Amino acid sequence: MSTKLMSYILKRLVLALLTVWVVVTITFFVMHAVPGGPFLAEKAISEAVTKQLEAKYGMDKPLMTQYLTYLRDVGTRFDFGPSLKQRGREVADIIYDGMKTSVKLGLIAASIALFFGIILGTIAAIRRNKIIDKVIMVITTAFVSMPSFIMGSLLLVLFALKLELFPANGSTTAGLVLPIITLALYPLAYITRLVRSSMLDVLGQDYIRTAHAKGVSRTKIIFGHALKNSLIPVITYVGPMLAYIVTGSLVVEKIFAVPGIGRAFVNSITGRDYPLIMGTTIVLSVLIVVMNLVSDILYKVVDPRITLE
Amino acid sequence: MALLEIKDLHVSFYTDAGEVKAVNGISFDLERGKVLGIVGESGSGKSVTAYSVLQILENNGRIVSGSIRIDGQELVGAGEKVMKTIRGNKISIIFQDPMTSLNPTYTIGRQIMEAILLHTDRTKEQAYERAVEMLRLVNINEPEKRMKQYPFELSGGMRQRVMIAMALACEPDILIADEPTTALDVTIQAQILELMKSLQEELGMAIILITHDLGVVAQMCDEVIVMYAGSICEQGTVDEIFYNPRHEYTKGLLNSIPTTATKDQKLKPISGTPIDLLNLPKGCPFAPRCENAMKVCINHPAEPMVINENHVAACWMNVKKGIEDGNIVLNSKADDIKEGGGQL
Amino acid sequence: MSKKLLSLQLDLDDFIPATDEEKKYMVQMRQSTTFFRDGVKRLLKNKVATASFIIIVLITLLSIILPMIWPYSYDAMLGVSPGKPVDASYNNLRPFEYGATEKKLIEQGEKVFPHILGTDSSGRDYFIRVVYGTRISLAVGFFASIIVLVIGMTIGSIAGYAGGKVDLIIMRIVDIIYSLPDMLMVILLASVLRVALGEQIDNSALSKIGSNIISLFIVFGVLYWVSMARLIRGQILSLREQEYVLAAQSTGAKGSWIIRKHLIPNSISVVIISTALQIPNAIFTESYLSFLGLGVNAPMPSLGSLASEALNGLASYPYRLVVPAVVISLIVLSLNLFGDGLRDAFDPKLN
Repeated sequence: MSTKLMSYILKRLVLALLTVWVVVTITFFVMHAVPGGPFLAEKAISEAVTKQLEAKYGMDKPLMTQYLTYLRDVGTRFDFGPSLKQRGREVADIIYDGMKTSVKLGLIAASIALFFGIILGTIAAIRRNKIIDKVIMVITTAFVSMPSFIMGSLLLVLFALKLELFPANGSTTAGLVLPIITLALYPLAYITRLVRSSMLDVLGQDYIRTAHAKGVSRTKIIFGHALKNSLIPVITYVGPMLAYIVTGSLVVEKIFAVPGIGRAFVNSITGRDYPLIMGTTIVLSVLIVVMNLVSDILYKVVDPRITLE
Repeated sequence: MALLEIKDLHVSFYTDAGEVKAVNGISFDLERGKVLGIVGESGSGKSVTAYSVLQILENNGRIVSGSIRIDGQELVGAGEKVMKTIRGNKISIIFQDPMTSLNPTYTIGRQIMEAILLHTDRTKEQAYERAVEMLRLVNINEPEKRMKQYPFELSGGMRQRVMIAMALACEPDILIADEPTTALDVTIQAQILELMKSLQEELGMAIILITHDLGVVAQMCDEVIVMYAGSICEQGTVDEIFYNPRHEYTKGLLNSIPTTATKDQKLKPISGTPIDLLNLPKGCPFAPRCENAMKVCINHPAEPMVINENHVAACWMNVKKGIEDGNIVLNSKADDIKEGGGQL
Repeated sequence: MSKKLLSLQLDLDDFIPATDEEKKYMVQMRQSTTFFRDGVKRLLKNKVATASFIIIVLITLLSIILPMIWPYSYDAMLGVSPGKPVDASYNNLRPFEYGATEKKLIEQGEKVFPHILGTDSSGRDYFIRVVYGTRISLAVGFFASIIVLVIGMTIGSIAGYAGGKVDLIIMRIVDIIYSLPDMLMVILLASVLRVALGEQIDNSALSKIGSNIISLFIVFGVLYWVSMARLIRGQILSLREQEYVLAAQSTGAKGSWIIRKHLIPNSISVVIISTALQIPNAIFTESYLSFLGLGVNAPMPSLGSLASEALNGLASYPYRLVVPAVVISLIVLSLNLFGDGLRDAFDPKLN
């Protein structure tokens, strides 16, 4: 690996770690901005939990000490403390359970978005300005402008309630179909447009003209010369796409009652379960930061102008 | 029969703003083994003409009418299947900017071999050998090492040599070079032109050299066509055009080149701005910028007139001279036709 | 020997020199216009963008005017009057349906304005709540974008002009904030600020706006200024580079004319376009937060909170979800299309 690439990776890694640290810090201090502190703000905590909290966090100790303790616990043992609202459960366990479902949901949605997005985007670019292109553009414009909760709500109303094609509840496998589709639609539309514009860009490049002038067939130009270069921007989108899926899952799981981490997070907010809020924020943030990091590095690796120096 | 015969070619681009008439009725022939230069400013239609031959115009460009024949075979309307056998094979083209004209994510070797494998029966190993041979032919050192390299690893001059190698790999009859040296340093320019000249002598293909640089034309070409606003102003041998220009535009071009002879004088550029191809006027397209424009120039486009066997020009000044010399008669009264003699 | 016979009808007069006017007349040059006029012309030609603009203006006007003339207000629970028991006949009416009490009033000859979208579970007219919610969503989106613009411009300009260490520090901060997962931070901050600042705001003059919205603006101000700052800084840097290059070429006054005529309008247009595209983003964020319960305070409606409340009675009253959903989508879509149109019309790079 070239030194240029290595130094880039290092820089991004440092930035990512810094960001995670900033996230944890902000989360901690923001939470403690709640009057009375996050652990004691809610009155209806049982004796046992209160004792546990005090032992763990030393409520009477200065804030900085509490902060460092928290940092240590989270960083080394992934210990986010006990949940305030869910008796007897550790935040870490709640998060883990929720992640199982949500990760499954997210990965399937991402795959659908990538697969169909690339195909549709390529078709739209090849058949530029023809009917199929215009149709694709109109539909994707619509999907790109609809917030996920709108999309989810409409799908719920249409397919679950009116047409009764899918269950409205996300606890069963069949019930996951609508949430997955809801999550996938925005990225799918976005990727379609991205691929289309990127491919049109590439097709306008001089080297495509050279290939054409050499007698290379249209199909070969598109799938050989153009496609690889067109997909490079898509790689940069993978990070943001996953960030979207994470935040989108918050509302989607609420709408479809999916027992994932998103729903847990939303409930923790309305229920003011502060340890859970903190823990979930940190975990999800780390996830997003990592995905962005991977996507940034991947982009540099794929662009041969950098790799082979 | 000439190798390439173009007759009355009209090419337009259909844009949101309207029809851009890029080429308006040009005709010329290219003989085997000759080097033809096409000279003109941007927008004159010279590149469009070349692209029309290979039919690699952009999506909104179309050959409206006319005929393009290679070895008697009509290309206009021939269809993609036929054109794919012509491109890179019988007629090749190299472009102005070698940096962007090569695929950045393919190796040099792969790009050259692609052309060979497309148009010949060679196996992959044979294609590889041929590609290396071509690189050697264009004076690239360590050709086998280069085969594995990517375009960004080469200098501008080397990239252009690679383009030439790629274009000549299938031994085309015609090589079209669209401003091949404009994007290169002056010293490299000279090298590339030298290379092209020696290759032409060695392989015997015809070359169409498109440029705005009259110096290049003087150095390389046997014949030259001067274009303006999609029409041919004049065409002929290099000697004729340079020493006996018969179109006001050509004269203007020649006058605007600074030479040591005129070094103490002010430069004489051609005044005005190039014509708007969306709104072509009805007369001669150069008239608005022409010092000697006459009323007839405003109203009627000049038809090509034969100056001598090596020279055709489309300029009313020649007619005026002919009238003054008594060789041309006006009006359609048949009995007033005078027999005139010889040259204009 | 050659006979030269001209096929055209010409005479000697045609061969006298042409005048300058005749030459000029040949060429109808397009009028040179200013950058701005050119762009507006291009924009108007874009039918989609123009239509979107009209839709936005219409929606905005309606959201401002309708609450002023409508007989129902967004927070009036129609069955509730102080001192009397709650009249439930006003609750959960279907579109154009009249409650029992209202029917009696009609029989008595009184005119009762119809409930176009029925009423909600507290007896509030739903239509006006939607309209008012639109107003809130638009206002929040607009003001949040302005805040972002101001902060971003200030910091970006400082970074661009100051250069050196100041620039470096600011850009590092920008990098970090940029890589923070914004939505999560927004949710976090919103959920806490609401509680933390709640009492303070409610007792002050800002109580009318609502503590949630204030925290929303704070959150926006803190997080979203970064893209604008980067943009402005980039513009300033490129302007300075042009200046430097021109100065080095000593073209004097002509050079700065070029900057003024071309580069500054370009920069301004880039900023405007960026802001225009930021507004739908802000509206989306606000409605998202409202949907999660972190947005506006009840009883003030926002399109997001209305959609969220509608989830409860979804089976029986699906329109309560569909209507705000469609309105949000329409607003965001139109703003996006208009923003795209603006960019296509004014971005010289695309020419």
